[in-house]
Amino acid sequence: MNAVAPFEGIGVRMRRKEDLRFLSGKGSYTDDMSRPNQTHCVFLRSPHAHAAIRSVDTAAAAAMPGVVRIFTGADYAADKLGGVPCGWLIHNKDGSPMNEPPHPVLAHGKVRYVGDAVAMVIAETREAARDAAEKIVVDYDVLPAVAGINEALAAGAPQLHEAAPRNICYDWHIGEKGPVDVAFAAAHKIVTLDLTNNRLIPNAMEPRAAIGEYDAHSGEYTLHTTSQNPHVIRLLMGAFVLNIPEHKLRIVAPDVGGGFGSKIFHYIEEAAVTWAAPKVGRPIKWTADRTEAFMTDAHGRDHISTARLALDKDGKFLALHVQTKANLGAYLSTFATSVPTYLYATLLAGTYTTPAIYAEVTSVFTNTVPVDAYRGAGRPEATFLLERLVDVAARETGIDRVEIRRRNFIKPDQFPYQTPVALQYDSGNYFATLDAALASSDWAGFEARRAEAAKRGKLRGIGISTYLEACGIAPSAVAGALGARAGLYEVGAIRVHPTGSVTVLTGTHSHGQGHETTFAQLVADQLGVPFDKVDVVHGDTSKIPFGMGTYGSRSLPVGGTALVKAMDKIIAKAKRIAAHLLEADVADIEFDPRAGAFKVAGTDRSKAWGEIALTAYVPHNYPIEELEPGLDETAYYDPKNFTFPGGCHIAEVEIDPDTGHVAMINFTAVDDVGRVINPMIVEGQVQGGVAQGIGQALLEACVYDAQGQLLSGSMMDYTMPRADDLAPVSVATHTTLCTHNPLGVKGCGEVGAIGSPPAVINAVVDALRDHGVRHLDMPATPAKIWSIINTRMAAE
Amino acid sequence: MYDFSYHKPSSVADAVKLLAADPDAKAISGGHTLLPALKHRLNKPTSLVDLSGIAEMKGIKREGNAIIIGALTRHVEVANSDVVKGAIPALAYLASHIGDNQVRNRGTIGGSVSNNDPAADYPSAVLGLGATIHTSKRKIAADDFFLGMFTTAMEADEILVAVEFPIPEKAGYAKMKNPASRYVMAGAFIAKTASGVRVAINGAGPCVFRQTAMEAALAGNWSAAAIAGIKQDADGLNSDIHGSAEYRAHLVGVMAKRALAAAG
Ligand SMILES: Cc1cc2nc3c(=O)[nH]c(=O)nc-3n(C[C@H](O)[C@H](O)[C@H](O)COP(=O)(O)OP(=O)(O)OC[C@H]3O[C@@H](n4cnc5c(N)ncnc54)[C@H](O)[C@@H]3O)c2cc1C
Repeated sequence: MNAVAPFEGIGVRMRRKEDLRFLSGKGSYTDDMSRPNQTHCVFLRSPHAHAAIRSVDTAAAAAMPGVVRIFTGADYAADKLGGVPCGWLIHNKDGSPMNEPPHPVLAHGKVRYVGDAVAMVIAETREAARDAAEKIVVDYDVLPAVAGINEALAAGAPQLHEAAPRNICYDWHIGEKGPVDVAFAAAHKIVTLDLTNNRLIPNAMEPRAAIGEYDAHSGEYTLHTTSQNPHVIRLLMGAFVLNIPEHKLRIVAPDVGGGFGSKIFHYIEEAAVTWAAPKVGRPIKWTADRTEAFMTDAHGRDHISTARLALDKDGKFLALHVQTKANLGAYLSTFATSVPTYLYATLLAGTYTTPAIYAEVTSVFTNTVPVDAYRGAGRPEATFLLERLVDVAARETGIDRVEIRRRNFIKPDQFPYQTPVALQYDSGNYFATLDAALASSDWAGFEARRAEAAKRGKLRGIGISTYLEACGIAPSAVAGALGARAGLYEVGAIRVHPTGSVTVLTGTHSHGQGHETTFAQLVADQLGVPFDKVDVVHGDTSKIPFGMGTYGSRSLPVGGTALVKAMDKIIAKAKRIAAHLLEADVADIEFDPRAGAFKVAGTDRSKAWGEIALTAYVPHNYPIEELEPGLDETAYYDPKNFTFPGGCHIAEVEIDPDTGHVAMINFTAVDDVGRVINPMIVEGQVQGGVAQGIGQALLEACVYDAQGQLLSGSMMDYTMPRADDLAPVSVATHTTLCTHNPLGVKGCGEVGAIGSPPAVINAVVDALRDHGVRHLDMPATPAKIWSIINTRMAAE
Repeated sequence: MYDFSYHKPSSVADAVKLLAADPDAKAISGGHTLLPALKHRLNKPTSLVDLSGIAEMKGIKREGNAIIIGALTRHVEVANSDVVKGAIPALAYLASHIGDNQVRNRGTIGGSVSNNDPAADYPSAVLGLGATIHTSKRKIAADDFFLGMFTTAMEADEILVAVEFPIPEKAGYAKMKNPASRYVMAGAFIAKTASGVRVAINGAGPCVFRQTAMEAALAGNWSAAAIAGIKQDADGLNSDIHGSAEYRAHLVGVMAKRALAAAG
């Protein structure tokens, strides 16, 4: 017998299996792949934000060396196929459906943003395709463009789509206005805040790429693509765009170098290379360069809001009224419409007992890149609005900002808690996360640190955010009733091999999150199989059952639960095999995953896991009349509810009044993400999310000029966070279990990006408290801070 | 990148010949400015003349009261040079803060000074120290060298061979970085030299320039108080999404104060 192996299950900081491959350059990304006889493709993109296409002349380009084929929007239109569909139908206040203008694969008739694809050039090499693309002559009739939300809604604004009068996609609401109006009429105090949630450019490390190919023998199409959800792409592209039956369409999303949401969506390039592959008779590869990534990856956020909070004399929140305008860009990206609605306004209760909430959202088209989900997707926007508003309320009522939060928190004994904006929270303890973060950040000792900083001529501030978010969007039936055009379950399969090792098949997709490790730990925990004997397969529709992919921190709460259910089936079957071998009753068989053995209760008779597995596949001595051979089970799981992570983030900053530079000094996160499977991975996810949140708060600004030209179109002008822009991020967790999944897990992928931006801005506003600053919009760049300080000094 | 032919001469004379023979040829040193431009197809030279094999353009030496730095000297070599650190620590400090490690390991002083990017670091030291530029044809005083944005007094077939820095009594450099690119938003190089006080401002305007009001004030009184009241005129300074001309004008004052403190 072996010595007892070290425990590798739930709660252990297992090193990430996938990292050796990633860190030693052995990952296999889409651009690393070359298909036999492949061609290369480059998209000619519009330099204008808005223009009619009079003509596209490809003659000179087609004659260039190495050119294989050139397709234009007219060629695609001639095939009478679909455009890229939108995955969520939103209804207007009056019940009518949203405006859903077509999103063509190649622009035809009109271009609507800088970067809109006008033609695709297929050539022997990428450089040859580029050379040829420069020779295409497009005769544009340049039209007035509009990039900003308010400008798009203004009377006389340039119109993007015939199917969207006044550039409006929808005018939606949630909650009840009546009780909100009544509460405002009776309020002791009303606090109002106008704010902007800045537009962001995701910038995953790996640019998007796609290889389309067609096998004339089998009639099968294969698309390798940088996707977070290959089955969703198969469904959307096969059924809605190209009319390819699913059994003839394989989508492979191999190693993917970061997504942050931007690789959820079905992009036109994926459809274009798949569509063109049979016409060319060769595989077609496209890889975005960084400039294209800036210009064409779906952007995030971009809201303008007005929020009003009614309070009673004790500082209790009575009602909240929010009006938000959201920029959707030029076309509807896959889940664009759900982000400023069901993923945003349903979060407006936050961690508070506000009894009446009413939110109105108008989403508009502009001549900019489509906007869609980006790490947090709607919840960071809700959290920023709420946590800023609460700070302003604290200041204007004279109640301490921690105290006003405590007074309004949902109490631990109030769960399950029904909010006025549709969600029902199952569990949480906001007091516990708050107290832990206050202690860990030495909130009480802050004034001494402020005084010390002042001696050095620095303005020091501290800020807090007590946020809540919702992960694992579900259940399918409810989402469907609200307009989702997709299921929201997940699938997992556990394939136990004859010698006892395990392959896990999951419908989720890992693009940096470490699922290969977390899921292997789950298997080690539940089945007692050594961690190294478990491999996770994902990302290939020809290998895995139909799953929904990874977004909204759903992989563990939804995908992990499907795996647990599949393992339950495995254990149940294995017990029956063990009962047969041990000549005992099934009811008397106990499985001990730590020992990896099935025992007859109360005896020392047992069978090792490996023997059971072998028996399942070599059924010589087997209850073959009652039980099928094999040990391979699949489970689908459709959650009853979202999960609700929450917690407290505290940021400490120091401003140099001479330059306006905001230095992050310290960041404390105490998150309740439910049960933690691997603390190291959770810490990494939170730290990464916080880095993005600090990026949004202090650095990142996607800027278009009035003509719709992207001014922040490269790393020279778009400020991605670097290591020295950040602070030490202390991460701790406080767990309340999710009540409706067996592991009690909630999800940790987005909490960092959701909770942190208001904590940082609250700290900046706090640092500037002697400068009369009530609010400032993100990002708090040095120039912006200086101009606030300077304007104030000039006025004095 | 467009196709080009490639030459690697081993003498300045050969390099000049190659450049003179082809008006669309371009010299390349570290390639850290030129290569990105080529990759973006912003530049279409017919041939590249790689200077990196020219021995006479390498090395750092002290000659009398000056430090002479060969054009091919990389930023990291200037930053780590005992000769430079001993004679003009502010120059070593400046070099050690250009870009990041990769940039400092490839980029050269000759490439940077020839390029005259308004947001580059070296031009402030060249102007602030009153250096002399040695080219394949002549010697050019710093005051006559930087003509405007990306423009210098050098001709198309002229090669920067070395930069001669007179050793100052004191010098200091300070800059505010552009948050995105980390190039210079506004910087000041201040030196007390044999020929007087010099204050060179980079980053803030379309070309490095001398802040003459500060020079005059410091000449009479080498102290922070002397320049405290001097306001940089915002007129003509750069303005972009990272900061207005007014902000940059303000930063000029702040950076001058810091450079002065660094000079001691
Ligand atoms: C990511 C990044 C960050 C950077 N950050 C900074 C920064 O913070 N501060 C800063 O100052 N710079 C920065 N740089 C620029 C860097 O310092 C460059 O390397 C430098 O400006 C140019 O030097 P080079 O040797 O690379 O020149 P090259 O790229 O080889 O050439 C630049 C230009 O000068 C010409 N040239 C080169 N050598 C000579 C010569 N001897 N005679 C005549 N003409 C010549 C070339 O024809 C070309 O036009 C950065 C660059 C990068 C890529």
